[in-house]
Amino acid sequence: MSGTFVGMPAFPRAAREAVGNTTLRGNLRHATHTIRDKRARAVAELDDWAALREAGKQIKDHTLRHLDRYLVQVEEAVTAAGGTVHWAADADEANDIVARLVEETGESEVVKVKSMATQEIGLNEALQARGIHAYETDLAELIVQLGKDRPSHILVPAIHRNRGEIRDIFRSEMGEWGRPAPENLTDTPAELAEAARLHLREKFLRAKVGISGANFVVAETGTLVVVESEGNGRMCLTLPETLISVVGIEKIVPRWQDLEVFLQTLPRSSTAERMNPYTSMWTGTTDEDGPRTFHLVLLDNGRTDTLADEVGRQALRCIRCSACLNVCPVYERAGGHAYGSVYPGPIGAILSPQLRGTGSEIDASLPYASSLCGACYEVCPVAIDIPEVLVHLRERVVQGGPAVRGGNRVVLRPAKGHAAERAAMRAAQWAFTRPGALRTGQRLASRTRRLHPRTLPGPGRAWSGTRDLPAVPAEPFRDWWQRTHGGKGGAK
Amino acid sequence: MSSRERILGRVRRALADVPADARPYEEAVAREYLREHGQRSVGETVDLLAENLADYRAIVHRTDEEELPLLIMRLLAQRGPQYVLVPPSLPPEWMSAADPTRVHDRAVSTPHELDRVESVVTGCAVAVAETGTIVLDGSPDQGRRRITLIPDHHICVVRVPDQVVSSVPEALERLDPARPLTWISGPSATSDIELDRVEGVHGPRTLEVVLLSGS
Repeated sequence: MSGTFVGMPAFPRAAREAVGNTTLRGNLRHATHTIRDKRARAVAELDDWAALREAGKQIKDHTLRHLDRYLVQVEEAVTAAGGTVHWAADADEANDIVARLVEETGESEVVKVKSMATQEIGLNEALQARGIHAYETDLAELIVQLGKDRPSHILVPAIHRNRGEIRDIFRSEMGEWGRPAPENLTDTPAELAEAARLHLREKFLRAKVGISGANFVVAETGTLVVVESEGNGRMCLTLPETLISVVGIEKIVPRWQDLEVFLQTLPRSSTAERMNPYTSMWTGTTDEDGPRTFHLVLLDNGRTDTLADEVGRQALRCIRCSACLNVCPVYERAGGHAYGSVYPGPIGAILSPQLRGTGSEIDASLPYASSLCGACYEVCPVAIDIPEVLVHLRERVVQGGPAVRGGNRVVLRPAKGHAAERAAMRAAQWAFTRPGALRTGQRLASRTRRLHPRTLPGPGRAWSGTRDLPAVPAEPFRDWWQRTHGGKGGAK
Repeated sequence: MSSRERILGRVRRALADVPADARPYEEAVAREYLREHGQRSVGETVDLLAENLADYRAIVHRTDEEELPLLIMRLLAQRGPQYVLVPPSLPPEWMSAADPTRVHDRAVSTPHELDRVESVVTGCAVAVAETGTIVLDGSPDQGRRRITLIPDHHICVVRVPDQVVSSVPEALERLDPARPLTWISGPSATSDIELDRVEGVHGPRTLEVVLLSGS
């Protein structure tokens, strides 16, 4: 297992491997089912869940609609509160800004709060290349980092590991990074958590630079919000002298009051709690409390390209709760790694191909990593219609068409490997616009129905390999209607 | 062109298809959700706070002004720390019966120095009944954020019913975003091992909340 997603195979191939791994399937099934029921109970406690969900959607849509204005407002507010704002158009620029800021402090190590944005841009690897060690401090991220592994879940990146595997990783790897795991470490979760506490303590206490993301940025006040459980976030946000926060431009909410919606929907959707143990809110710097220097790096990296897509832009409402992963039947069986991105599961299947484009094999395959059952849409606390975007992206992959990449309008060519699909759709279009031909074809199909093969030949074989072909009735519907109703009282 | 101009330009071009939307923010968001969930008397709201705090493994005590110093003394004696951290303006009478040596957090204290102190006693800014949350805002009776983070044992005194609100919306109304805020719901915890909750990671592993009613 390598720590990178570059060069991942297409989803079906990666998933086939994962499905054959019974330990992985057991771990995922156990974890997702545990959280699924708890989430349902936490949500059921609030009678106004539907209204909160709608308000969350509206706040995010309004923000995205006026994102230019709110970005400028964030910059003004953060600057006024004593912070410095940087703008990064892509991953390389963001990594370079952060590395430079760390170098300016003269430090060669940083402690990190769990952050999807910094994973997305590969910050740890970029810092390593410039001689800066980044220590992950979230328990699951620590497990991933020590195991030289990749994250497989938005909230719990080590969800694919069970307690026994975690103990083995701690025992063999902790000593390489700092304080070794205690002798006789067992696999009880409390002991594993204690081992992480001891291992990371010295790093927190000596850290001079902290790096975080943010769950929300309030435009009117310049306040950043980090929602967490363990206290590692608080350590990184308050003990170091310098704090650098890398935040996607879609994390903005206009007003302080807007937090009242998301602080109710996010914890219940993600960890199924009424409230997560710790939430930190800070506005610039505070005299004699916390970091003396604060940098905010605003990250685009494909977000404006996503914003340009009328259907796909709703993915930018995502608050990274991971409820859609936990209910997804495909995620439960295939696991997070098969999605080839730091954003796995249903949201990843619509986010990765938009942030990165559909040029690679894995990204072109992601819109198909779904049965379109709609469970993800049901649980989404900001009502992202994931199935709608999946279908939209499938269309883009198969047909190509206009899109925006790197801020430029481009016309995508149809992807390879969908020739049969395109031919079938063209044939269907031809037939449906010619009623005479359709009638003749349907009658022919009915008359020859005993001769139909059970599976399709040629390029259709893969499709019918996992599906039954629909049985053709003895008589086409329109003939039946004509015969029984004589064409009366119905559509002609 | 700077990245700032590039990103802002991309945003504006990306939104070119959207019809001009002159609706102000106030009309764009329908706030049809509830200000609080359920009807409760003041006493019931405090009860709910106690219940939800306990549900997330905070240890809840109730007392009045007169008994408070003895309660704090007892809670500290049970743990037996040598030192206890106190914020600059904690009411002195709260600690009047306590045995451990009081340590004040000074700006020059290092995290390593604070790591030797096992307990901390603070007040709070507001407490949220529906979620079982206490919020600290760095006021002089609460101190810097780090003092409630490094020690393993946190005793937080909530004045009831004055500092208790029902819901998250009501709490945000009372708080000042310019202050550094820490929302605490139970002792530190993690769900990172098999998505099952385990209490006690980096923050204080024991959180005791004292509900202090006027005498």
